[in-house]
Amino acid sequence: MKFLVPFDRLTEEDRRRVGGKAWALSRLAREGFSVPRGAVLPVEAYRAYVGPTGLRERILLELNRKPFESMRWEEMWDAALRIRSLFLKTPLPAPLSAALRGEIERTFGDRSVAVRSSAPGEDSAGASFAGLHESFLNVRGADSILEHVRLVWASLWSDGALLYRQELKLDVAESAMAVVIQELAEGERSGVAFSKSPVEEEVSLVEAVWGLNQGLVDGTVAPDRWVLDRSSGTLRQHIGAERLDAVRPAPRGTRKVPLPPELRDRPPLEEGEVVRVWTLSMEAENRFGCPQDVEWTFLGERPFLLQARPVTTGTRGEAGSRAWNLSLRRSFENLKLLREKIERTLIPALVKEAEDLSGVQLQSLEDDQLEKVLETREEALARWTKVYWDEFIPFAHGARLFGQVYNDRLKPEDPFRFIDLLRPEKMVGTNRNARLEEAADRLRQDPGLRASLAAFRESRAETSAAQCFLEAVSSDLGKDTDLVLDGPETLRALAGFLLEMAERHASRKPSGESREELERAFLDRFGEEERRFAEELLDLARASYRLRDEDNIHLGRIQRMRDEARAEAARRRGEASAGEAPRSPRPEPSRVRPRQLVGQPAGPGLARGTARVVGSREDLLGFKAGEILVCDAIDPNMTFVVPLCAGIVERRGGMLVHGAIIAREYGLPCVTGVPDATALIRSGDTLTVDGYLGIVVVHDQG
Amino acid sequence: MKEKDREIAEAVRRLLESQRVGVLGTYGAGSPYCSLVGFSFEPGLERLYFATTRATRKFANLIETGRVALLVDNRANREEDLHEASALTVVGPVKELTGTERERGAKVHLARHPSLAGFLESPTTALLALEAERYFLVRRFQEVMVLEVER
Repeated sequence: MKFLVPFDRLTEEDRRRVGGKAWALSRLAREGFSVPRGAVLPVEAYRAYVGPTGLRERILLELNRKPFESMRWEEMWDAALRIRSLFLKTPLPAPLSAALRGEIERTFGDRSVAVRSSAPGEDSAGASFAGLHESFLNVRGADSILEHVRLVWASLWSDGALLYRQELKLDVAESAMAVVIQELAEGERSGVAFSKSPVEEEVSLVEAVWGLNQGLVDGTVAPDRWVLDRSSGTLRQHIGAERLDAVRPAPRGTRKVPLPPELRDRPPLEEGEVVRVWTLSMEAENRFGCPQDVEWTFLGERPFLLQARPVTTGTRGEAGSRAWNLSLRRSFENLKLLREKIERTLIPALVKEAEDLSGVQLQSLEDDQLEKVLETREEALARWTKVYWDEFIPFAHGARLFGQVYNDRLKPEDPFRFIDLLRPEKMVGTNRNARLEEAADRLRQDPGLRASLAAFRESRAETSAAQCFLEAVSSDLGKDTDLVLDGPETLRALAGFLLEMAERHASRKPSGESREELERAFLDRFGEEERRFAEELLDLARASYRLRDEDNIHLGRIQRMRDEARAEAARRRGEASAGEAPRSPRPEPSRVRPRQLVGQPAGPGLARGTARVVGSREDLLGFKAGEILVCDAIDPNMTFVVPLCAGIVERRGGMLVHGAIIAREYGLPCVTGVPDATALIRSGDTLTVDGYLGIVVVHDQG
Repeated sequence: MKEKDREIAEAVRRLLESQRVGVLGTYGAGSPYCSLVGFSFEPGLERLYFATTRATRKFANLIETGRVALLVDNRANREEDLHEASALTVVGPVKELTGTERERGAKVHLARHPSLAGFLESPTTALLALEAERYFLVRRFQEVMVLEVER
């Protein structure tokens, strides 16, 4: 069977099997537009890969672990990473590989090409997958081309593409991908043009950069922009850019290089050329019958079209603009800027605001003053929660981006091994655990103190040695933890907790390769000229990972202060404490019970033990060594019980959620993303946590 | 949880409605044994019916132990079964029906399997009722939920 079809041989029947991008390119070529020479691998090639290798069903199994529509975005990330890893590790079947290699060699020889996605359904008038699937520039030789074809196929299952399908309710089982292979047009000036602006009816837009188009498309190079009258092509406005860089071919792929000074002062296009580009976009619109969004490049004096697709005005307002904003493929440069903003501005401001808010004695306030304080705290929490979603959460992509690069280069068996490389020496949460561990150690070595603590816990005897010790531990832990509350009851609970800790051995640390070894193995995969990028990316990813701990803790402080103010206000109104709503689930007797629940494998290992469903602080302090922690979502203030756990089950899904991170830290079996975990499992149930497969077995339910 | 109860009961009912034949598991003479049987069920899910001649091994087995399991599933013998198929195992005591109970059961069973009319009328055929104690519903490859039948 022959797979590769040159653009000029495509016919109307091929349309569905080559995808919108290939179809548009072939039409442009047939209509006489200048288009770089190329061919398409239709969806049959994709199917000939994912069918016989079993990949197709493995992908569907991955996506059907829970209802697709109820997957969180973080779970989409994880699923996408696992699926990508499957593509990386699954070679083409030998006959397919031989056939494709031959066809590619005959067509492209040793010429440099672009390898681009062309999924059916992509770029159609109704849906815009713009930028969700991957493209690679400057690829050379059949082996390398085939490797990149696989990456383009994998990008059919990227997090962004999955989210988009979830939103549009597209059927994942029917998804397939065609791939365009096209000779690389090493344009000196490139850009995009909208024959009709997506936001303004009567104007057209042209954008241009020096070098390849990639910098403009992924947002790392700011373009010059021209606004033209749509009916006449008259230039209305030129908005110049700060021209600093250009993306150019590198030995492998492309890279951003500084512009020489003489080009910085010159717009990439002369006015006449802007109009030529505009004319091209209008011609494309006339041929295709609707406004077009085209990519172009100048080779010498001649403009070539690289791509044309309908301007999706209709969808850009709704799903379109959402996909645009949600664009999960944050680029490296983008993330570096975000990091600077977070570390230099946002986190210090958040810390300071928490400090400022905390200096108030609520009990001593007049009612109207309290009202005012509550209002301020509500406002601060709402504002910072928004920042959390708008800035902190997107920065988590730093760890993701690293994970993808790591997996691409090292193809590890465990697609989440990169996490071990990101783990900081000390996190706020583990710091506290280390202090608890020290206290438990003192108890292990001092039977007298242990007995005194036990007496304090059991008989409620006021033993000063015990109390002294406990107060010291409390003050050492600091005020801002859920663990430390006021009053003697809490000290008793703390006594119980420390005695539990003392009865077992010091917490395990995961074995395996050290951080240094992993780091060396990673950096060794990069040649001299990529080395700096690799180091910077690792540094960025570590900052991203660290922030997942810190932002929660700082935001948690503000939330706690808001809760305290709410509780105080409720107390004065004579209500039961509103900030302390009973969080422990008390399930009604039910006819349905779980036997085996499915989540995501977030920490390898197998554990069997008694479940403790944790909803409140009291649940935490009553935790017994060897129990399995079952919770809605572990927050950093809960992690002190982790050293006592045999395993962790969490409703919230994701490999980079706190539960998963801390479980990995302690080498505990962990399953996350179990729907209804805290409602279906009850404290006292006997559980088996299979952290290899992501399964929780419920043996006996009381 | 009421919602979960309803959802699972509904999934069980839909699966039973979608299938006509299941795999009956019995045990006798020191060995497990499986047979294909046409089944029917009461709308309240408390009882399922199937018929067999009394000379069969399955009949001997179920008389010997008094308990059976019945597997009902919607696999299509395709690779997609791994993520698409659901399976249901129902367990409980089994008994041969007589008198008015048999009349009621035969009505339900024939409504589902009209072609078994002659078979059911034969004096050598036994109509059996499986008194469902619980259903094990398997979905998404590995998720298992248990539905206890209220009596």
